[in-house]
Amino acid sequence: MFEFCADPASLEGISWFACYLTTGKHMSLYWSILTVLSLLLITAPTALLFGFAGASAARSGFAPLRWLGQIYVAIVRGVPDIAFFLFFVIALDQGFEYLRHQALCPDWSEPIRQGNDFIVCKAAKLPLSTAPQWVHEVYGFFLAVITFAIVFGAFAANVLLGAMRAVPQAQLETAQAYGMSRRQVFWRILVPQMWLYALPGLSNLWVILIKATPLLFLLGVEDIVYWARELGGSKNARFTDYPHGDWRLWYFLGLLVFYLAFTYLSERILAKVNRRLSRGQGIVGATP
Amino acid sequence: MSCLTTIQDYALRSIGFGKRLLPASDITVCEQFTLIGSGLIWNIYFGVIALLVGFFLACALALGKNSHVAWLRRPSEGFIFLFRGSPLFIQFFFAYFAFLALKKVGFVPWLTSAQAGALLVLVFNTAAYSAEIFYGALQAIPKGDVEAADAYGFTGWKKFRRVVWPSMLRLSWPAYTNEAIFLMHATTLVFFSGFPAWQQKGDALYYASYFADKTFNPFVPYPILAGYFILLTLIVIGCFGIVNQRLNRHLPTGQRQKMKLRLNLIR
Repeated sequence: MFEFCADPASLEGISWFACYLTTGKHMSLYWSILTVLSLLLITAPTALLFGFAGASAARSGFAPLRWLGQIYVAIVRGVPDIAFFLFFVIALDQGFEYLRHQALCPDWSEPIRQGNDFIVCKAAKLPLSTAPQWVHEVYGFFLAVITFAIVFGAFAANVLLGAMRAVPQAQLETAQAYGMSRRQVFWRILVPQMWLYALPGLSNLWVILIKATPLLFLLGVEDIVYWARELGGSKNARFTDYPHGDWRLWYFLGLLVFYLAFTYLSERILAKVNRRLSRGQGIVGATP
Repeated sequence: MSCLTTIQDYALRSIGFGKRLLPASDITVCEQFTLIGSGLIWNIYFGVIALLVGFFLACALALGKNSHVAWLRRPSEGFIFLFRGSPLFIQFFFAYFAFLALKKVGFVPWLTSAQAGALLVLVFNTAAYSAEIFYGALQAIPKGDVEAADAYGFTGWKKFRRVVWPSMLRLSWPAYTNEAIFLMHATTLVFFSGFPAWQQKGDALYYASYFADKTFNPFVPYPILAGYFILLTLIVIGCFGIVNQRLNRHLPTGQRQKMKLRLNLIR
């Protein structure tokens, strides 16, 4: 990176650290922060969409749809989210490959599950074995995003369902009295009003989502936890120009501080937004 | 091999009794049920002890945060912020490497094991979250209750023990139940976060992911795990419901807080 980094052995003190912290691997660490941020930016709206669908389904007049929505909301709360993360990554992968297999290789006669193996034809593999490395990484990231969206969608559905119930009943009855249909009441009266009640829950959810991002590591994505372990360990460092002992403690201290700052900042901003939105509303804690 | 011998072999495998080798081929559903259930012992161990110890620490922290004395309030606030503001996963990693570093200088070497080290992190973590819940409840105690205590001449420890503490618990109990459920779920992170599983003695999720890797079929072990955890969640709600009844027993029936199966988000 810097010109004086040409001979690492002669460096000392600050200049050693300046060179050490700008090696190619460290650049990957900094890039992986962007991975985390992009996961957050993609997952948050997707999960909100899933949550909205789940909450609407749980209120539906059509019983099977209602049950589906209620089960979706309830089951994710009853089971550890990590179990869902580990489950969906394999299940989604196999599901996609199975569908492609059905479409691309119709004359395949052998069963797909053979003992302990899951075998689909070559053309159905995802990503294709000939695909470059970046496709594999993007596919892994894509699976992680869907997994996060499904799990956090259920959390969001929980929040939105509570918010829909919090909208004063009189508002809905008035709308009905004016002759609005069920659909019109939902879209014109309920949905615009529920956001105010949903906001505290959703801001809480955002902070939970931030704190769930290190679990990307479990899904096989090369995220900041992965790089902190790689770079901090003394095993790999021994073979580079910058040998050092076991520094994983300091790398994870860095991550700890990073997340503390991130959640602190988010909470401050969300509190401000909340105050702004509740201005003039007839609820406790609203500024006139 | 019948299911009964499997249970004999593997029911206590997670704490080191029974057969040493895990099933590697021709894995039956019975083996999956038994081993995942065996791993649940660790989840219950972590969950119950962390809740018990964390409860008292949380009460102290909540009182500290509510205190007017700065040198009590500031550290409590800092502690709560530190553990609530960062991911538990990172806390586990950081604690594990910190304990490793301590071990190198010959200080508390036993903390690098999951039983002790991870438990300590879980205790601190749940104490911080519960303290925030209790602190909220302390702020919400009806003024009349405290004034009545003053009028009766209650002071100090007696006022706290007879009036403030029971009210605090009563108000915070539904949220605290939720925290207990979250903690049970959080125990599954232990063996995925640096803490090693000695001789493959792991928790329920450890075995579930072992089976998913071996059979390449996630559709059996994870639903089994889900079943176990839903059962555990229901047991937690049942136990906390009994305590809730006791905390609310002095109130007229109409004002009592009901415990419903309401899995709110509080974290």
